[in-house]
Amino acid sequence: MDLFIQYLVAGVTYGIMYAIVAIGFNIIYNTTGIINFAQGEFVMLGGMTAISLLEYLPLPLAIAAAVLITMLIGALIEMVFIRWLDSPSVLRMIIITIGLSILIREVALHIWGENIRSLPYFYGDEVTTVSFGPVRLSPQVLWVIGICTVMVACLSLFFKVTPLGREMRACSANRTAAILCGINTRNMVTFSFMLSAGIGALAGCVMSPITYTQYDSGTSLAIKGFTVAILGGLGNSVGAVAAGILLGIIEAFSVSVLPLAYQDVISITILLLILFWRPYGLFGSSAAARLKEF
Amino acid sequence: MKSGKYRFMAILIILVIAVHGLTRLTGTQYYLTQLTMSAYYAMVVIGLAVLMGYAGQISIGHAGFFAIGGYLSGALTTHNLLPFRETPVLVLLERLHILQTGQDLYGEQLLTVAPWAACLCGVLTAALIALVLGVPVLKLKGHYLAMATLGFGIIIFQIVMATEYFGEADGISEVPGFVVFPGIAGMGRLVVSGDFSLRVQNYYIAWGMLIIGMYLLLNLIDSRVGRALRAIHGSEEAAAAIGVDTARFKLQVFVLSAVYASLAGVFLTHYNGSIGPSEASIIKSVRYVALVAVGGMANLWGVLIMGFSLTFLSLRGIFGTYDDAVFGTILILVMLFAPDGILSIRARGWLKSGTGGPVDHA
Repeated sequence: MDLFIQYLVAGVTYGIMYAIVAIGFNIIYNTTGIINFAQGEFVMLGGMTAISLLEYLPLPLAIAAAVLITMLIGALIEMVFIRWLDSPSVLRMIIITIGLSILIREVALHIWGENIRSLPYFYGDEVTTVSFGPVRLSPQVLWVIGICTVMVACLSLFFKVTPLGREMRACSANRTAAILCGINTRNMVTFSFMLSAGIGALAGCVMSPITYTQYDSGTSLAIKGFTVAILGGLGNSVGAVAAGILLGIIEAFSVSVLPLAYQDVISITILLLILFWRPYGLFGSSAAARLKEF
Repeated sequence: MKSGKYRFMAILIILVIAVHGLTRLTGTQYYLTQLTMSAYYAMVVIGLAVLMGYAGQISIGHAGFFAIGGYLSGALTTHNLLPFRETPVLVLLERLHILQTGQDLYGEQLLTVAPWAACLCGVLTAALIALVLGVPVLKLKGHYLAMATLGFGIIIFQIVMATEYFGEADGISEVPGFVVFPGIAGMGRLVVSGDFSLRVQNYYIAWGMLIIGMYLLLNLIDSRVGRALRAIHGSEEAAAAIGVDTARFKLQVFVLSAVYASLAGVFLTHYNGSIGPSEASIIKSVRYVALVAVGGMANLWGVLIMGFSLTFLSLRGIFGTYDDAVFGTILILVMLFAPDGILSIRARGWLKSGTGGPVDHA
């Protein structure tokens, strides 16, 4: 029973991480209709930058600076590579963002090398535990769950309440109508890249002590985040959280049945199955999905 | 169209022979090794070009098919079956000449699957997987198709990395040569192997295969099938409406390109004598996509030229540690400035008969 809860908590921790990556996909998808294949690289960049800045800054400042820097990189990428393209085809956008992900990864390889790095634990160290009755948890797990929950809450508030958030939603609901209302949709696209880079980077920082950060850790995160985004229904962020936790738990429990090396295979198999049977997600409807463009 | 095809084929054959002559005259025959390897990689790329450029279906998992062919052939021809020699299945296989005996580096007796049977097994497995995978996957479009094929590629990579039979992170080495022609009626034996003395014949085997493969694909795209594929690329709904069986054609091309990739994998593995997990990696799949994109997607000759020459440069190591970065950059630049491939830039410039817009900067 204790083991069961340990697995459960581990699953939730990883799951919420996947959900954050999935929300990053969703934000960009909603405003542009693009799946940004470089989403996982933002997570890696956030973690790596924070680790490097830690030499000069205290931990909270290093993380904040890393998030800002990654947001700037996200904006820069959008302005240089995407902003001026005139209604590009989906195939073209897929290939460009894949190229970007390779490029970011290679730049990271040349800056940081192949070493596996990590941020220190926010509180205590590897062996510090917090006990809840019979269950013992690392405090970092609580940090991850706490920060990610706050982040999801802030995001939904941002989209509901602030003018900028509303403009972004308008842009995703109907681009032409948004332009007619005087919204600069191009800027909204830039904002969406900044935002998704920022939340990816923050997630990369809080997870770094547990999962470690390496120059190529983005790809597997991206594919899991995408699995979660599809499971929850593309563009649906509440669905993404539920689906993320679901995938995390499935993965955590699969370790007890299958060798660890096959862990990624599980989530990809789930991705393939969901693409084949319910491409509109667990919570979506097929009628609504037909109106969207992939 | 027809005469153009044969003219290009003739030029290609003459070039292949001329390049061999040139390396011989200048004493630079060491180039032949990379020329041979690039020909096999170009084979993967032209197969993928038909799928991407003509049928319009992206695949970011073709290194997976390459690895299926290479790894199966490599594993079957190196794993010693001697301890199981008496089992009825192996007795039957040996009687059918599917098994062969040999010696390893230390003079130990080996009983392995014969390369031709292993090759057949690798290619058929790749085709079968493509068939089974293709039925559901090719129903998907755009991002979903890209992610599904990417997922397939990662699964294959994870499997070869985690399976002892496939050598895990070390891959498979000491793969024996592949006798493609046993040498009857006074003609010499043809063996695919990295042996130094066989360098010239391997160069011709590789290019011969590439040229035949190219010829078949050119015929295919000039045929009814080719027109159907282009119709699918233009608009799948319209193609279906005029009676094109879109699902079947897409599946056939998917299987065909998988067969090309796995064949190249089998031959290159026997040529190198080894295969490692990097051949199955996502970055390899992306590289194939990049080469197809640079060549102009629906331009087989362009894809052949760019696929061969960039792979050759990369194998010669002129990109150094920036190898993958170079391919990523190429991918982005081509898609930004010249989505029809860089060979199209000049033609477009002429057509516009002006400054040519942003394409000139590429």
